[in-house]
Order: sequence, then C-alpha cells, then structure tokens
Amino acid sequence: MPDLTTHDISWSRRCKNYLALGTITAGALVVTVPLFLILGTVIYRGIGGLNLDFFTQLPKPVGETGGGVANALAGSLMILGLASLIGVPLGVGTGIFLAEYGRNRYGNVVRFTADVLNGVPSIVIGMTAYAIVVLKQGHFSLTAGSVALGIMMIPIVSRTTEEVLLLVPHPIREAALGLGIAQWRTTLSVVLPSAKGGIITGILLAFARIAGETAPLLFTSLGNDYWNFRLDQPTAALPVQIFKYATSPYDDWHSKAWTGALVLITMILLTTVAFRLVTSRGVRESG
Amino acid sequence: MPALPQDRVSSGSPPETPAGGASSGAGYNQPQQLSSSAKTRFRTSSSALADGAFRALVVACALAVLAIVGLILFELITQSRLSLHKFGLSFLRKTIWDPVVEDFGALPFIYGTVVSSLVALIIAVPLSVGTALFLTEICPRQIRAVLSVCVELLAGIPSVIYGLWGIFVLVPFMRYYVEPFLARYFAWTGLFGGPKIGFGMLAAGTVIAIMILPIIASISREVIVAVPRQQREAALALGATKWEMLRIAVLRNARPGIMGAVILGLGRAFGETMAVTMVIGNRGEIARSLFAPGDTLASVIANQFAEATGDVYLSALVEMGLVLFALTLVVNALAGLLVWSVTRGMPARSLA
Repeated sequence: MPDLTTHDISWSRRCKNYLALGTITAGALVVTVPLFLILGTVIYRGIGGLNLDFFTQLPKPVGETGGGVANALAGSLMILGLASLIGVPLGVGTGIFLAEYGRNRYGNVVRFTADVLNGVPSIVIGMTAYAIVVLKQGHFSLTAGSVALGIMMIPIVSRTTEEVLLLVPHPIREAALGLGIAQWRTTLSVVLPSAKGGIITGILLAFARIAGETAPLLFTSLGNDYWNFRLDQPTAALPVQIFKYATSPYDDWHSKAWTGALVLITMILLTTVAFRLVTSRGVRESG
Repeated sequence: MPALPQDRVSSGSPPETPAGGASSGAGYNQPQQLSSSAKTRFRTSSSALADGAFRALVVACALAVLAIVGLILFELITQSRLSLHKFGLSFLRKTIWDPVVEDFGALPFIYGTVVSSLVALIIAVPLSVGTALFLTEICPRQIRAVLSVCVELLAGIPSVIYGLWGIFVLVPFMRYYVEPFLARYFAWTGLFGGPKIGFGMLAAGTVIAIMILPIIASISREVIVAVPRQQREAALALGATKWEMLRIAVLRNARPGIMGAVILGLGRAFGETMAVTMVIGNRGEIARSLFAPGDTLASVIANQFAEATGDVYLSALVEMGLVLFALTLVVNALAGLLVWSVTRGMPARSLA
C-alpha cells in the first residue's frame, strides 16, 4: 500500500509509529533466537558422539564407554511403521468421508470429533493405549506404543486429506461420473490420484509430528536395553532413550542424549524437507 | 503453509454448507452430493453394491474416530473409578499426595499446570502476536519466507529435545543470570524469592513459551490475514500512521481470533509433558515463588504412572488424566469458536 502519510504528522505520532514498528520487528527476530540456540547446541554437543557404533551397537551399562542406540533406532522405526499402518488408512478414510460424503451434519460431528482428538494431550492418549492394550496383554509392548502414536496420526492425516480432496475441482468428478464410472471408482482412481501429493504431505506431517513423541511411549512401549522384534514385548524408542539419558546423572549418557537428539532432529527435519518438496511440487502442478 | 495449527482452526462449528444446499459463491470447489436418484439411475446393481461397500468403508473409518474419542473418555472414567469413588470432589482441592497411605489430591498439580502455562503465555503472547504482525504487515517478501520456515521448524522440534536443552542450557542460564536478576530487582513482587536452583516454574514456563510460540503466531497470522483489506485502507486514508492502522484496523478486528489463538496455545501448554517434566523440578507443592520447583498434571503422570503400584494410586493418576482431558477440551472448544468468529466462512489461507 502506498504510504501517503509521511508528512504533516506530528513528531510524537511519528515517533510512536517507529517505536512500535521497531518493537514488533525486534520481537519477531527474538523468536528465531531459540531455534538457532537449540539447533546449535544439539549439533555442537551431539556431533562428537556420532560414529558407526552409535548406530550399530546396543547400549552399554553405566561405566562402560562406547555402545550405541541401535535397538532404539530399530524400535522407533518399528513403532512408527506400525503406527502408520494404523493411522494412515483410518486418517485417509476419514478424510475421504469428510470430503466426499461429509458435507452435512454427520460430517460436522466427525470433523469436530477429529479436532477434539487432535487436542487431546499426548500423555492422555498414552494412558488410553495403556488401558486398552497393556492392561489386556498384561505387559508393556511395541503394539501399545504403536496404537498410541497411530491414534495421534489420524486427525492430522484426515484433516489434510479432506483439505486437498476439496481442492480437486468438482468438474473432474462430474466428468468421471458422466462417463459412467461408478462413484467409488471416481473417488479412488480419479480424485485420489490428483490429490496424491497433498495426501502424502499430510502423512509426512503426521509422521514428523509423532516421530519425536515421548510421553505416550513412556508407559506403553516402555523401553528396553536389548533388541526386540516382537510385537508383544517392551521396545526401546529413540525419544524415550534420550529422555532416560538426559535425566540420568552420568556424563557419558548425557553426551549420548545429545547425539540421540541430533539423530532424531535430523530425521524429523528430513521428513519436513521432504514435505516441503512435495508441497511445492503440488503447488506448481495445480498452479 | 504453517504445519500444526490449521488442523485445529475450525473446531467449533465448521462453516460448511449443508448437503444438497445451494453452495452460494463456493463454486465448483464445494462438492455437492448428487441426489440419490441421479446417482443410481444409470448404474448396474453390481456397481451400486460396490458404491455402497466403499461408502461403508469410509463411514467405518469416520466412526472409528468417534469410537476412539469415546473410548478415551470411557477408559479414563472406568480406570479412575476407584479414585473418583474414594475421594469424590475433594480430589480437586486436596494438597496431599501420599502413595503410602493412599491419600491423593490434585490441587498442587492443577496449580502447577495453570501457573506454568500462564507464565508461558505472558512470555509467548507478545512475541508471537508481534511475529504474526511482522510477517503479515511489515516484513519484506524475501525475509517472510525465511522467517516463517524458522517458526515452522521451531514447531517441529520434539518436546524431549526442548527438555534436554532445558536441562543443560536453559536451567543453568536461569540459575546464574535470570533468577539473580529477578531476585534483585523484582523481589518486592513476592514472586521471585527463595533459593535460585534453576529448575522450577519459571524454567518450565519459559520452555513452554518457546514451544507454543509457533502455534499462536501462525493462527494469529491467519486471523490477521482474514481482516479485510478495506479496513486497512480506510484507516490509512483517514491519515493513520502504519502503527495506528495496525492498532485500529487490524488488531481490533482480529482481536477475538487472536484471543482464540492464545487460548489454543494455552490448551497446548496444559498438555505439554516431556519438556516440562524435565525442567520443572517435580515437587508437588504449592509455592508462591516462581523459582520454586513444582509439578503439573502431565508431568506427574509421566513421572509416576509406569511405576505406580496399588490400584488407588494408579486410578488417582488416571483421574489426573481425566482432569487434564477436561481442561484441554474446554479450552480448545472455546478457542475454536473464537477463531471461527473471525475467519468464519472464508478459508483464511486462500486470502493470503
């Protein structure tokens, strides 16, 4: 907007203007400080412990140097994989329902409920997974952790799926229906493919969000000092391992926590970058 | 697009046009449901069957979402039955927490949750609203992209890493610099007394503040963008300076929505677990000083749930979860309503 007001205003108003704008600008810059502080510290203190052992060895007991968090990395991947198996189909399905069948009162109820679910603190979801899986099974397990994280994925995936499906122009649906294609095939082979990029975005977003979750795992997958590949046994996960190391009194474990944090943050940032690439490509295609 | 917040914006009552209703102005992007006769008239029975099956499948997914939320509530209530029965409403106002004699009260933890979240809001609100204003109204295009990526990244850092950083960087900084400073100049408020150990309410509030900055900033930004351009132009045409324009035209119109963003941030702050657990000091007592260690609903669950022995103990912890669930539910619903009142009808992003 052209600024037509720079002359003929009183000194005090002009001062106040610059003061306020300056404060706002300074505030915005201050916000970036913690980001660089945190990233900087994680890199600075974590990079020293980065070696092959960290990725391939089991944790060593206190007092022995060396060792790694290989089991936690594997455990995290398994938990996240199983969580995605739960969260992605349910999330995408709910998104399809909301976009294609849910422009009515029922849709609003589901939409509202998904928002509620999104707002439930992760630790409460962990408690629920404890009640419905751990208590039934009788012990902490990989499955319980995956259930907790999978539930957290659903509202994020469903929201993005709904949004991108609504962006698919209605004439495309009409054209497909007009060609005599059944509605379910229209949705599956015409609408979904054209919204593919956006849906993948939503999935990556949800993945990045749950990859660092610790609270719901504390009393579901619990943690484990050894390898575990069984669904019904306690499993180590990287975030929980970081928590355990960080709150321990040992220097060696502290440095392991920082290295773990570096690995975790890299993992999440890579997912986020992938998410940005997918989105920007989607924008170019549709624009 | 900012990652986290959009998926919450329209909790409240989303402004969709009802099925079959005229989609006024929404054009082709608003899929209308074809009347059932039009759908099936030219269809063979097998494809009608397939249609029905597919529809049943996605409806099942949607029902699963309802079921999950129902299940969360159900499990929280049944698992906390013992404690609900034994303590009743006195659970909410007792300050005792003694697993040995199985007597539990949640007040110190409710207090800790509320106070640490309020500290966080006091720090985060001016900064994040400032950031939102800067991003939408002041900053040049090139910087805007960089800055919004920074804010997004801040939202992507996991809670446990904030906690790690909190323990080893923020807490010492609090102990040696911030707390002595506050104790020296602001001790008269009574909020900054006692031993300066770093771990405590103040550190927890600061960490939460950093964590809720992005969500408040990006929702405020959407709300600010939704303020009609004419309002700004009118203010400028009346001779307002830029700041006066922002104050009169932008902030005043966006106020309910910004309030919503703030309350949404509060909901996030209530549920924040790991980082808080790691820096708050974990002591379930009510102290006036912000330097004193405390505990929140979420942090006490995180610390004690896996090791809780005894049915009453466990069920008291679940009841804390129930209280936390109720708190966040109320706060989030309120926030959704407020944001919706500003951006209503228009998807804020399309105006950007």
